[in-house]
Amino acid sequence: MPSLQIREALRDAMREEMARDDRVFLMGEEVGFYEGAYKVSQGLLDEFGPKRVVDTPITETGFAGVGIGAAMCGLRPIIEFMTFNFSAVAFDQILNNAAKIHHMTGGQFSVPIVFRGPNAAAHMLGSTHSQAFDIFYAHIPGLKVVSVATPYDAKGLLKSAIRDPNPVIFFESELMYGVRGEVPEEEYLIPIGEADIKRPGDDVTLICWGQSVPTALAAAELAQAESDLSVEVIDLRTLRPLDEAAIIASVKKTNRAVIAEHAWPYGGVGAEIVDRIQRLAFDWLDAPIGRVCYDDVPMAYAENLEHLSIPQREDIHAALRAVAYRD
Amino acid sequence: MDLPDKDAPLPETLSAASKDDTLHAFREMLRIRRFEETAARAYTRGKISGFLHLYIGQEAIAIGANLAMQPGDRIVATYRDHGFALAQGCDANACMAELFGKKTGLVGGVGGSMHFFDREKGMWGGYAIVGNHVPVAAGHAFASKYTGDGAVTLCFLGDGAVGIGPTHEGMTLAGLWKLPIVFVVENNRYSMGTPLERTLPVADITARAPGYGMDGDRFTVSDPFQVRERLGVAIKRAREESRPTLVEILTYRFRGHSMSDPAKYRGKGELEAFRSNDPLELVRRSLLEVHGFSEDEIEAIDDAIIEEMDAAAVFADESPQPDPEHRFRNIIIPTPTEEA
Repeated sequence: MPSLQIREALRDAMREEMARDDRVFLMGEEVGFYEGAYKVSQGLLDEFGPKRVVDTPITETGFAGVGIGAAMCGLRPIIEFMTFNFSAVAFDQILNNAAKIHHMTGGQFSVPIVFRGPNAAAHMLGSTHSQAFDIFYAHIPGLKVVSVATPYDAKGLLKSAIRDPNPVIFFESELMYGVRGEVPEEEYLIPIGEADIKRPGDDVTLICWGQSVPTALAAAELAQAESDLSVEVIDLRTLRPLDEAAIIASVKKTNRAVIAEHAWPYGGVGAEIVDRIQRLAFDWLDAPIGRVCYDDVPMAYAENLEHLSIPQREDIHAALRAVAYRD
Repeated sequence: MDLPDKDAPLPETLSAASKDDTLHAFREMLRIRRFEETAARAYTRGKISGFLHLYIGQEAIAIGANLAMQPGDRIVATYRDHGFALAQGCDANACMAELFGKKTGLVGGVGGSMHFFDREKGMWGGYAIVGNHVPVAAGHAFASKYTGDGAVTLCFLGDGAVGIGPTHEGMTLAGLWKLPIVFVVENNRYSMGTPLERTLPVADITARAPGYGMDGDRFTVSDPFQVRERLGVAIKRAREESRPTLVEILTYRFRGHSMSDPAKYRGKGELEAFRSNDPLELVRRSLLEVHGFSEDEIEAIDDAIIEEMDAAAVFADESPQPDPEHRFRNIIIPTPTEEA
């Protein structure tokens, strides 16, 4: 099986879907001639031309809205945000138009669109460029929200997102575009809404997604080696709709859970998961659920401060030990 | 503010219109007005809630736009949208039922006054966040250019929407990409309760057109045939040359911003001056003076329309509310795997 970087897997997903369906086009800042700020769209302009790989001026609310309007006419836009930090200025388009038009029009119109790009902190970009938008979008009925951590998942889920009749928010990570992994040559799709057990285990359920997946896997390894804990790592892959069944099945097996999220704690996706577990698996819990999040602060630029504010392998290991009463 | 001349002769575009065209325009403008007067009464009786923004005084624009359009063209409007829906031929019963929040409403009762959509009739909204429909309308025009469907999108906005960001971005992209769209600013002199002098740095909104690479056209509305003619030029430019236009039409709303606004900010004599130049009144005068209608004939037309709108209110009142389960519908479209 060929080994690809996440950026290549994403590009292949877009290339295959654009070849398959001429209604699909890519639009965003620097996606064409520059080939993407993170080179995710490398080669697409050459292959599909400027009609279908559309460079925009810096106008997030403008091109997000254009994508929505085009989707209402039956096209299948992929809108790239150079980072989801810039989606904040397009938030109204996503909240009030993309997510609501199907409902608001009594089902007359739909918005089959993908908004994709890197989410959450990268490295030393300061507070305005280091935010996780997970809960901002997962909070909104009418959207689907995907967050990927491997090339295999990135390709299979992006293809599903492009074919989905609903608006899909698709989170990637600046830090992870170069992550390699095996991707089959033959076509495959991964359904939106299904979590994936990235590492089976018996003692603690560790729930993660996006940037927290590699850290969670490293923490699980550390916990096995140093604390003799068998950790089951569940990669949610989709934040909305949430694969509640996968979470609950695992917690009923392990009786303990930790949530590792690269996002602020207050009202986060992790908080939603805690609520589901306490309602649906209360009698199976042997310990309060642990959460490891960003510090509840704007992200600092300084390397040491940023490092301290982001969940590290050791922080997650400590949380795993705490729910297993190993301290 | 320049007030209209009370003793001006009938505009040439109006007096030159045929009897049939004039009668049609009169009937359709009057339908909008009587619909909204009926809605306003229902609002005061508590049958309609939320916001109700009336179009009374501006009807000639929606009718003129409709006359200038071809089948397949799209109207994208603001929350002041009843006039456009009726002009496009949406069912008055369904429109009224939407205001009443009923199952039989235009969008099943989930939208209300500010969110009228009827795809079959070319009524593409109904947008209630000021300016956020401008990029969406540009997106419809982008799709027309992409697919070559030949349709023109008409995007209406108010003078109050020209300062907000999405308007600027949507127009920037429409100009940059030469999209087949016509932006029409209905300048009704007030951004809610604030007069233009306190909202616009430059009074002429079309002064912005060259900055977007668009042609501009600015005029005071006189009658629906004038609107048809002027928008027709812009629509032709969009359809044949794929070039956008920014049109500003100076108009006047006779009611407040919404039902909760008594409009105390108007200048003395202002409302009366505009009322005397009401385009609906001018069309009525044309029927009388140019086409030989009698007052009785016109009254009979009016009576029939009042009856139609009264019946619409009864229909709306007697219609059932949406089913309780309806609140969960039309949120996410199931995919084949989810249905399985």
